[in-house]
Amino acid sequence: MLEKIWASHAILARPDGATLLHVDRHFVHDGSANAFRKLKEKGLSVRRPENTFATPDHYVPTTSRDAATQEPHRRQMVVDLDANARESGVAQFGLSDRRQGIVHVIGPEQALTQPGMLIVCGDSHTATHGALGALAFGIGASEVAHVLATQALWQTKPKTLRITVDGTLAPGVHAKDVILAIIATIGAAGATGHAIEYAGSTLRQMSTEGRLTVCNMSIEAGARAGMVAPDDATFAYLHGKPYAPKGPDWDKALAYWRSLVTDAEARFDREVALDAAGIAPMVTWGTSPESAAAITGRVPDPAQAPDAARREAIERALAYMDLKPGTALTDIAIDRVFLGSCTNSRIEDLRVAAKIVDGRKAVVPAMVVPGSGLVKAQAEAEGLDAVFKAAGFEWREAGCSMCVGMNGDLVGPGERCASTSNRNFVGRQGKGARTHLVSPAMAAAAAVTGKLTDVRTLMRP
Amino acid sequence: MMEPFRTLEAVAAPIATANVDTDQIIPARFLWRKRSDGWGDLLFHDLRFSDDGSPKPDFVLNQPAFRDARILVAERNFGCGSSREAAVWALYDYGIRAVIAPSFGDIFFNSSFQNGLLPVVLPAERVAALRTMLKQTPGTRLSVDLAAQTVSGPHGRDSFTIAPFRKECLLAGTDDITYTLAHRDAIVAFEQAYAATLPWL
Repeated sequence: MLEKIWASHAILARPDGATLLHVDRHFVHDGSANAFRKLKEKGLSVRRPENTFATPDHYVPTTSRDAATQEPHRRQMVVDLDANARESGVAQFGLSDRRQGIVHVIGPEQALTQPGMLIVCGDSHTATHGALGALAFGIGASEVAHVLATQALWQTKPKTLRITVDGTLAPGVHAKDVILAIIATIGAAGATGHAIEYAGSTLRQMSTEGRLTVCNMSIEAGARAGMVAPDDATFAYLHGKPYAPKGPDWDKALAYWRSLVTDAEARFDREVALDAAGIAPMVTWGTSPESAAAITGRVPDPAQAPDAARREAIERALAYMDLKPGTALTDIAIDRVFLGSCTNSRIEDLRVAAKIVDGRKAVVPAMVVPGSGLVKAQAEAEGLDAVFKAAGFEWREAGCSMCVGMNGDLVGPGERCASTSNRNFVGRQGKGARTHLVSPAMAAAAAVTGKLTDVRTLMRP
Repeated sequence: MMEPFRTLEAVAAPIATANVDTDQIIPARFLWRKRSDGWGDLLFHDLRFSDDGSPKPDFVLNQPAFRDARILVAERNFGCGSSREAAVWALYDYGIRAVIAPSFGDIFFNSSFQNGLLPVVLPAERVAALRTMLKQTPGTRLSVDLAAQTVSGPHGRDSFTIAPFRKECLLAGTDDITYTLAHRDAIVAFEQAYAATLPWL
């Protein structure tokens, strides 16, 4: 599949392997100001505004839809994106638009993301879009400027890694647990230089939204991209969405999309296999997504580490996280819960969490930040907001929010947060903040018990 | 803003931690700055400074022998995480011109070349030996020769590989927008053929 998409987008190939690739979709967000500045400094304009889509997400307030409520530096980022989009003729899902949301949520939601596309965005979680069979990866600001100026990007073909997960996930085990288990298996640099194709019966049975969660965290294993071959579930997901092909175009697109699927005899540079039956609800205990373990486990003992470097790394992580070796993960008390981010803020995530929360009370501060205005509206139509509010959760407006804290939604110093986001780095959710990455179901369980909890103990028939 | 990279002879500082993510290199709360504001004062901010703003004496770049370092010798997966190019800007504006490590975060690696920062990949055991040497003899200078693709110092000489396109751009001090725009005709021709094949796009 990678080969097919690569070949169909190659404009020029240098003898040394560097290839100029056509970009079908370029998503820009409110962290793009420096890229637009670079474009202007060079006296250039956006070459193909019709291939470019903008939405503010990193810096937007989640307590209201009025950017004026934001601290000035943050507000300016939203204002700059708005001005740059207007000047460039780029379509924007602005703050007052119901379609606004996290760029990696709204791309698939609007069917701006389609199989076979090459998609880039100045954000490392762009691999999310690969769940629909696109080749999608994150780029830096200079590359954003390059794509704005040329609608193309120089790349060297990544190596290929197929990760096959077979079998049925147990109740209470979700897509987030699958990707955390994968990262724990191969490591945070386990897929460096590779594009991952996720395959196997578990992925085939998984919903499109679940696949989006899996592909989203490909970068946390070091991969440039992550993708799933499109199938009938993908096509059903896209059909009728605003930017999906219509009428005769749909049939043409469908025939093309079906042709993208990886040939049975395709060879990959590497192969990794996991058994779905062996995956339990996961939680991270350290400061890299690779430090993930089954909730039934314990905080590791650095003394058991295979080498000195690994021992020191565990010691440093445990010191930051204020955890003692051997502690049962279910004995770790938490201070707050964040349910949101481009990893886990879609409607299925909110449904799963609401089912656990229903009829219970959050015993720590907890907030839900839907991934888009449309996800929020859908949840409200289903009454999920009422479930969360009745349990004491805050029900916020769409944005990246507490995943990275750039909008001011921060975890306090020393506070411990069970979070459905994607990074547990030192200081990621705020200076001194301690993050435990979990699935939406596990976040809900933590909210109603005040500690990391095996959600399977709270599930009702 | 970008200087050509040819040779560099400078103090090298060891950073032995694996997975140094871009949140460590430049915390998210500073990212609203303009490129032209300068970012060197923010490099490794929370590792480098205490809450009261005073330098943390144990951080490597605060130690007298390493204060003038222009080369970092790091561990696996340096620059992983967020795509923020400000991580490269902070290193560059501080004065760092080369980072040597067994592996890099993919986006950080690509962004480095766009800004005149050379990421050098060497085998893990060679990088570990370099860090040991720098720890034992603080202030040791290393030489990086891009044309020859070598890192040399008291330890001897290591050769590294680099994509020829990246090497050309660094040696010339150019980013690739100008280079690409010279191929405008090829881009236009591609786009026309592509639109004919996939008309719904």
